[in-house]
Amino acid sequence: MSVRRIAAVIVRYVYLVRGSLSRVFPLFTWVAIDMVLWGYLTRYLNTMTASNFVPTLLGAVLLWNFFIRVMQGVTMIFFEDVWSRNFLNVFSTPISIGEYLGGMVLSSVATSVIGLGVMLAFAVPVFGFSVSAYGVLAIPFLLVLFLFGIAMGIFGCALVLRLGPAAEWFIWPIPALISPFVGVLYPVDTLPLWMRGVARALPPSYVFESLRSLVLGKDISFTPLVWGSGLALLHLFAACWIFRDVFRRAVRTGLIARYSAESVS
Amino acid sequence: MRLDVLRKSYGAVAAVDGVSFVVGPGEIVGLLGPNGAGKTTTINMVMGVLEPDSGAVSVEGETISSRRSWVLSRMNFAAGYAPLPGNLTVYQNLRVFSLLYSVPNARERIATLLGQFDLIRFRNVKCGTLSSGEQTRVSLAKALLNLPHLLLLDEPTASLDPATARHIRSVIRSYVAESRAGVLWTSHNMHEVAEVCDRVLLLSRGRILLGGNPKTLPALHGKKNLEDLFIAVALEPLSLEGVLP
Repeated sequence: MSVRRIAAVIVRYVYLVRGSLSRVFPLFTWVAIDMVLWGYLTRYLNTMTASNFVPTLLGAVLLWNFFIRVMQGVTMIFFEDVWSRNFLNVFSTPISIGEYLGGMVLSSVATSVIGLGVMLAFAVPVFGFSVSAYGVLAIPFLLVLFLFGIAMGIFGCALVLRLGPAAEWFIWPIPALISPFVGVLYPVDTLPLWMRGVARALPPSYVFESLRSLVLGKDISFTPLVWGSGLALLHLFAACWIFRDVFRRAVRTGLIARYSAESVS
Repeated sequence: MRLDVLRKSYGAVAAVDGVSFVVGPGEIVGLLGPNGAGKTTTINMVMGVLEPDSGAVSVEGETISSRRSWVLSRMNFAAGYAPLPGNLTVYQNLRVFSLLYSVPNARERIATLLGQFDLIRFRNVKCGTLSSGEQTRVSLAKALLNLPHLLLLDEPTASLDPATARHIRSVIRSYVAESRAGVLWTSHNMHEVAEVCDRVLLLSRGRILLGGNPKTLPALHGKKNLEDLFIAVALEPLSLEGVLP
């Protein structure tokens, strides 16, 4: 592993973000809009019932948005190379797949922390959200979602590398496709049996189930979070393996050199 | 650099069919051939973005398949069809690639190259706004960033005016003379090839048909100059097959 080559991926993204309002804007805007929207919905629900929806509903939306920012942080780095048709230049350098992915992950850490900061800046003072409601469990919650976000981001990049630039439209809806299964806004028990089966394979389910148990004052078991962490690591390894396999195939078939053609067959 | 019986097929079509040659230190080898002859496919295999079906590429005794990063750190390339990202400035692009190639004293190296390729006034200009000739010069500056032992140039002067092309040829020749780097150079400009290359290889339908000194080779095959020989290879490759020992 070369620190310089990992830094190259990060520096390139810093140059791009620094000089472009259209890249800076989304880092702040969508998370802020979501916090305002769900914050007022939560406030409205609180007026109708005796329950406090802030930690369950607004907190869950905040955590889910964190996952989305992590995933998009990874895919955006890759898309920059897709959009600028830079594969030939990048992959003819000494950079390894591990270094390239490492650069993507570290860039994503920075962008997702910014997103988290913006969300907290709205949720805490405006809507009374408190991270302390989750206690020390906030750490495993964020860690599981971070690992799964990285995994989904890398898997999305592999998909685009395999299917061509137009496949980026498969990537943006991935969080929306996952969210009904993982119980962001409702308990997984609400789902039909087959959907619960899918939920068990997805790490965020364990986060949101634990979050609800915690807030409702139920006994908390660490076992689900251990499962969630293990599954997130498993997804991450699988995503890295898939990306490496797709990359090797692209080198074998010549797709890297003729990527704009989308297919060499 | 050594290529050993390199083959690459796309379906039933053999893009490169048993190509073998060596580029020695300080040697500029011209790889010539009509469109679709297999020149770019060969270069793509040398720089590790395309895996051969069989055969091997080795640089200083190491193969890409066994030590990819090490081998790629010793080479670099420039091609008109692979411009650097247009959304970064000239300096930013060179800075990013200096990190990718782990170039020591990168700032000084970039400053030297900006001067050599007459790019100082474009230092903070986005590459996408440059003319194609200026972008080619940036690509060439990138190609020399890491002082490569092997330089791959795919039609490097195709979009340059004659004066700039001459300057670029002289920069590359000076670099080769100083560094003893090997160069694999493709071009459709036969005058340029005759001027620059120590040796040429004529490729057609994925196979090397002829090879030798560009100044003496045409006469050996009854042709007036390299351009006539090139046209003969392009139009009647079968008549020349098997000429190469």
